[in-house]
Amino acid sequence: MTPPLTSPPSTAPLPTQRSEFRQFLRVLFRSPGAKIGGVILLVLITVALLAPVIAPFDPTAMGAGPILKPPSAAHWFGTDEFGRDLFSRIVYGSRLTLMIGVIAVCISMTAGVLIGMVAGYAGGWLEAVLMRAMDVLFSFTETLIALAAVAVLGPSLTNAMIAVGISSIPFYARVTYGAVLVEKNKEYFKAAQAVGAKPVRLIIRHLFPNILSPIIVIATVGVSVAVLSASALSFLGLGAQPPSPEWGAILAAGRDYFKRAPWITTFPGLAIAITVLGFNLLGDGLREALDPQQRRS
Amino acid sequence: MVQPQLSSISIPQPRPPLLQIRDLQVYFPVYQGLILQRRTGWVKAVDGLTFDIQRGETLGLVGESGCGKSTTGRAILQLLRPTAGQVQFEDIELTTLTGEPLRQMRQRMQMIFQDPYASLNPRMTVGEIVAEPLEIFQIKSGSSKQARVQELLEVVGLNPGFVSRYPHEFSGGQRQRIVIARALAVNPDFVVCDEPIAALDVSIQAQVINLMQSLQEELGLTYLFIAHDLSVVRHISDRIAVMYLGKIVELADRVSLYETPLHPYTQALLSAIPIPDPAIEAQRQRIVLQGDVPSPTHPPSGCRFHTRCPFVMDRCRHEEPAFREVNSDQSSEHRSGHYVACHLVEEQ
Repeated sequence: MTPPLTSPPSTAPLPTQRSEFRQFLRVLFRSPGAKIGGVILLVLITVALLAPVIAPFDPTAMGAGPILKPPSAAHWFGTDEFGRDLFSRIVYGSRLTLMIGVIAVCISMTAGVLIGMVAGYAGGWLEAVLMRAMDVLFSFTETLIALAAVAVLGPSLTNAMIAVGISSIPFYARVTYGAVLVEKNKEYFKAAQAVGAKPVRLIIRHLFPNILSPIIVIATVGVSVAVLSASALSFLGLGAQPPSPEWGAILAAGRDYFKRAPWITTFPGLAIAITVLGFNLLGDGLREALDPQQRRS
Repeated sequence: MVQPQLSSISIPQPRPPLLQIRDLQVYFPVYQGLILQRRTGWVKAVDGLTFDIQRGETLGLVGESGCGKSTTGRAILQLLRPTAGQVQFEDIELTTLTGEPLRQMRQRMQMIFQDPYASLNPRMTVGEIVAEPLEIFQIKSGSSKQARVQELLEVVGLNPGFVSRYPHEFSGGQRQRIVIARALAVNPDFVVCDEPIAALDVSIQAQVINLMQSLQEELGLTYLFIAHDLSVVRHISDRIAVMYLGKIVELADRVSLYETPLHPYTQALLSAIPIPDPAIEAQRQRIVLQGDVPSPTHPPSGCRFHTRCPFVMDRCRHEEPAFREVNSDQSSEHRSGHYVACHLVEEQ
């Protein structure tokens, strides 16, 4: 009995490897929710990129039409109290909304992931200090932290983005920290330590790629939260300042004319709702697609 | 015990052991209380092990689940820092090494893990996994690194064309070959094999064991082979240590241990090996131990095995037996001593 040293030779040409990314997309868009979310975001991004082409009027030009006119063929979403074309304003607003959402998430994700990874990897007093600080921030609602940050920084669109970004750092830090604790105790991480990997390699090559999935998921959903928070700040007059066509700001301005001209509040509200829905649906789809168990099937 | 005729190869003395483990202890603290944590005790996972590992040998380490086998392996490699004791690798004391010097030592000692499904990073390709030790120690780079990775995959019997595949595309046996290739990448002297075949199908176990044996011959490796499967340990080991509740109860070369086991625990373990012959199997005398393994938090007084030992004496309950060498037989083929910790043996 001499079992072969080599495994049964499989020198036959390997099946053509489907690229990782294409397989991922296939699984992602198998769920109807992700499909709808993807389409919504695609439309939104297209609108934002092509805003000057799509919008029939200058979003800040007053007197583009008669004031407070309901939707018509000339002004699809109607006009506001200064006669500005609401459709053009919402089209241009999509640029601001996407920018706010993405930048705010980038801020909170970068800081949160960094804090979570350091705390989870280092342990000890560093872990205690960082995570207790996050717990303190976590105990306030995000809007309250964002309000406080704007109060310190002063009301403006940029500051609103920073404020929204800061307000959700604890959330990302928590998720990252939890994921790191799980991965740190897995055998492959111990194996990397046994091989002699230095901390930087352990964090970048081993921890980070394995905690990325949950972070991508919460970041996608996080964009919708950020959009909502930024709109809320603008609505309160602490974010985008007039005449900026930010959706929350349009909504706030239309409030005074709600009875006479409900379209001024309806359309930006709908735009916000649809955007939030799109990111949430896509986030749910990503959560499923990034789960290795589902992917294998 | 060097044979006289060997002196022509000019070995003046027996070569010193590769590893000397002296009174190794690994205790895990037990905490109680939610906010104000108090240490209420210790789990004595490994409690005073003393043994040598000779260069080029395979030392089998057997025992029940939870007896501290894996902890011992990890403590020797300093993946878990021992609570007390010494681990001397050639003339380097490992327990006091930290940081960079310890990291450098990892080139010389590696580990093969039990579960090949868990011990490979799912987000790295096979090529990246096997190349990682080479990158860490800057042994090879560029195309010579790629060549070395291909060579290693070939050595462990994998198709070198698999480099760009991910671990989940492989079977358990193939994954364990990847783990072995990674461990061998740095040309180590010493490899701790932590139940390397326990997670594999029986049909694959023989392949992996044979691979490990032939690699040992080719590369002059020294193995600490941790297992609970006695027939596998018998097949691969030169010497075998039997652990019970954090202590070695018996240590002997393979032949002595299987033919003349001295400790009642070893006897009970060996009697549990099934014999692949129904006629003999039917007559096999099994020693079935009563009760469960006691908790390592509060190990029994005296001899730790006294609660389950069929030959327990009054002395066993109070006095801990010393781990000492016995002369079971004088035949010179047994190159190392037979050690046992049992009062029964002393009284005979």
